Amino acid sequence: MMALRTSPEIGGMGHSVKRKEDPRFIRGKGTYVDDIQLAGMLYLDIVRSPFAHAKIKKIDASKALAIPGVLAVITGQDLAKYNLHGMPTLMSDTQMVLPVEKVMYQAQEVAAVLAKERYIAADGVEAVEVEYEPLPVVVDPKKALEPSAPVLRTDKKDKKDNHIWHWEWGDRAATDRAFREAEVTVKEDIYIPRIHVASIETCGCVAHFDKVMGKLTVWMTTQAPHAIRTVFALVAGHVGLAEHKIRIVSPDIGGGFGGKVPVYPGYVIAVAAAVLTGAPVKWIEDRMENLQADSFARDYHITAELAATKNGTLTALRIKTIADHGYTDAAANPSKFPAGLFHICTGSYDFKAAHVEVDGVYTNKPPGGIAYRCSFRVTEAVHTIERMADLMAHQLGMDPAEFRLKNFIKPEQFPYKSALGWEYDSGNYAAALRKAMDKIGYAELQREQAEKRKRGELMGIGISSFTEIVGAGPSKHFDILGLKMFDSAEIRIHPTGKVIARFGTRSQGQGHETTYAQIIAEELGIPVADIQVEEGDTDTAPYGLGTYASRSTPTAGAAGAMAARKIRDKARKIAAHLLEAAEEDLVWEPGKFSVKGAPNRLKTIQEIAFAAYTNHPPGMEAGLEAVSYYDPPNLTYPFGSYICVVDIDKGTGEVKVRRFVAVDDCGNIINPMIVEGQIHGGLTMGLAPALYEEISYDENGNIQGGSFMDYLLPTAVETPKWETDKTCTPSPHHPLGAKGVGESATVGAPAAIANAVVDALWHLGVRHIDIPITPAKVWKLLREHGVTE
Amino acid sequence: MRVQLAINGEKREAEVEPRLLLVHLIRDVFRLTGTHVGCDTTHCGACTVLLDGRPVKSCTIFAVQAHGKELMTVEGLEQDGKLHPVQEGFMQEHGLQCGFCTPGMLMTSYAFLSKNPQPDEDEIRWAISGNLCRCTGYVNIVKAIQYAAARLRQGGA
Ligand code: FES
Ligand code: FES
Repeated sequence: MMALRTSPEIGGMGHSVKRKEDPRFIRGKGTYVDDIQLAGMLYLDIVRSPFAHAKIKKIDASKALAIPGVLAVITGQDLAKYNLHGMPTLMSDTQMVLPVEKVMYQAQEVAAVLAKERYIAADGVEAVEVEYEPLPVVVDPKKALEPSAPVLRTDKKDKKDNHIWHWEWGDRAATDRAFREAEVTVKEDIYIPRIHVASIETCGCVAHFDKVMGKLTVWMTTQAPHAIRTVFALVAGHVGLAEHKIRIVSPDIGGGFGGKVPVYPGYVIAVAAAVLTGAPVKWIEDRMENLQADSFARDYHITAELAATKNGTLTALRIKTIADHGYTDAAANPSKFPAGLFHICTGSYDFKAAHVEVDGVYTNKPPGGIAYRCSFRVTEAVHTIERMADLMAHQLGMDPAEFRLKNFIKPEQFPYKSALGWEYDSGNYAAALRKAMDKIGYAELQREQAEKRKRGELMGIGISSFTEIVGAGPSKHFDILGLKMFDSAEIRIHPTGKVIARFGTRSQGQGHETTYAQIIAEELGIPVADIQVEEGDTDTAPYGLGTYASRSTPTAGAAGAMAARKIRDKARKIAAHLLEAAEEDLVWEPGKFSVKGAPNRLKTIQEIAFAAYTNHPPGMEAGLEAVSYYDPPNLTYPFGSYICVVDIDKGTGEVKVRRFVAVDDCGNIINPMIVEGQIHGGLTMGLAPALYEEISYDENGNIQGGSFMDYLLPTAVETPKWETDKTCTPSPHHPLGAKGVGESATVGAPAAIANAVVDALWHLGVRHIDIPITPAKVWKLLREHGVTE
Repeated sequence: MRVQLAINGEKREAEVEPRLLLVHLIRDVFRLTGTHVGCDTTHCGACTVLLDGRPVKSCTIFAVQAHGKELMTVEGLEQDGKLHPVQEGFMQEHGLQCGFCTPGMLMTSYAFLSKNPQPDEDEIRWAISGNLCRCTGYVNIVKAIQYAAARLRQGGA
């Protein structure tokens, strides 16, 4: 572990500093979007489609407009006058804001009601009459690819099928050859279902257009305020909204997890309504709207194959995938990677050959694949490789841990170039797995399992040794709608040595106000208490691409360190001037410069700050501040090994996670308390899709699981008592040696749980179960395999 | 209809529609925005407040049902500038991340500890099972409540 360089009073890296954001939250004094109330504010509510695919024949707003307090009913035709009825998606497809011809999924926005009060707007929604003509519905992406399937995107000229794109990567010939020559192969179909992030705060905004100043201010639930501002300016420039006249404020955010990256139609309609009326307009979606119409995650139909030698050395990986994108390609991905980072699917293993293919498909479902607490399809990749690794180990009759240890990329192979082209920065996978095995008592558990099996009891042990890929990303490869993916920090030291620091990211609970202050404290020796961190206001923060894909510490955190180092360079010059010494004769330790060999001749950073405004060297500009736009040279590759023990109830099929040990390695740690909290939360968000969460559709495109009644989130009762530990392999290219951790656990956990369940049932002949592993699924399998209570 | 009630010890009244939900009376009429809405179907617990000392989900109660009653919201936990031990516990044990579920969690915990001052972990987990948290994974929330219980037993409040 890293040695602490600063005192607890300063609170730099490695200190579990208590969070600066907590005092307001525990008093109920946070400011979330729905807390904002402006004078004369109007409310917007949305009429949604009961059909998954239908022509809109008529929208009759007369009854709604007759309700006192209803001011307007906005339709696609109204927005079309301003060319705002559609918008580009993050992948440069087109997405409806409000339809003018037909609806493409159940719960799609059809019209919006603007009213003086929240409840009246809801009354208005009830009163709008829409006449539909149902059209044939396509919900299964495999069927959508059949030649007989109706073509969904009739708005796209010359589109003759529902295929969006084909993408492939790797060496097909070498991979096929390796499979032909393989001694052992395994193959499995794995479905990773459609799920939702379901942050406890839903999405919404308050839009206010100041007609006199010509300035639009939008408080909105967004993880990427700057990118949103630019998109608004690009899309609505023709109606007079220029970027310098747009202010996006992302206030306190009640959880994002990727779901607050996209632009939802509700935001656009609210902004249009605010600009047209000149009154502030609030739109807050309810939970059902959130689950039914906001961007989904996952929905990958995967066929994976592994090849290995008899003695258990992996040789090749081959994957084919069908990706259900809903009615438009609105996935959140860097635009150069249609399938995101799915090609990290070689995971922690040293493959000689690999090839992966993905096909995107249109169906009658909501748009916008986002990465639910993961970076761009990494969860899908990790789930696949970790399920397959277990399958192969079991097939070979090898212990899954031993199999992994044999095939891991070795510490001396880093930086490691994978068969699919990624350059892994650093890692020691065996150390993490061994630590997890020790902590959980692996050998002892295996003995227990053997005994239980003799008694007919069902117990399973599952491992997942994942490699994440985070910190999007180096601008040479990464972008969002073409905007390059750096991130930023601006630090200003005031005369008395107090600091204001602003970042281009936006915390949704990750504790940036504390962590970033610690980074600055580490670099400058200024106490955390004296550092005020702000984010989320495009009028004040430097341009950045926002918080998602665990990029805050890898990119904005690095920007903070780099800006602080620029300040330190200037501070050195000022100190030399004050101490009448040569710059190279000064020694820095956090908080002060002293003269080499004369430690009592020193200037503190606070004294230097004061001098920067009162007594700076002749010829030097006054002030002590710096900005950094940090473009990382590479992504970072945190990793970990998780081991899960499950017991299965033969009577009900219920899976109980008895123990779960998580060993994570995210390089150097800034705040251990916050990192541990992130891992706990991530693990719970890994447990959820493994056992509970799923949004499915019947053949008419009706949503199953569209409210918390049937979309199950784990409560404190289902959630295990997570046991965490760590190893530390710093990133060699990050200024702080940090890697990012926010999503590792979500990415790594589901496979450990699924592997444990399959392990418990392997001797019965069970080879794979798709998540979520519900009691009903297990119960059915048990009966099929002749197990009764 | 006219509702009169005491919120955090202060007498308040308002003219409301019979269908107005209690949570909207608290948030939109009285502007106490600590109480949050996460689901409007009684599942998430973000809107939990105490009505005559009992935790209720204010998204599922009409404002008029609170007529004549004592209401306590998260804003009422702090007394004379001193945090309540449950608030301290959440801060000390890192029991919150985005903070959105936190007011509801605090109110549930407060009511629970007043009935069960010496709970074990399972009892705590059951007590907060009507409050969803999407960020923390609950481990530290459990610790926060244990911390508060210990402080209250030492006469912390
Ligand atoms: S908002 Fe009341 S329980 Fe969710
Ligand atoms: S802290 Fe975010 S939902 Fe609980």
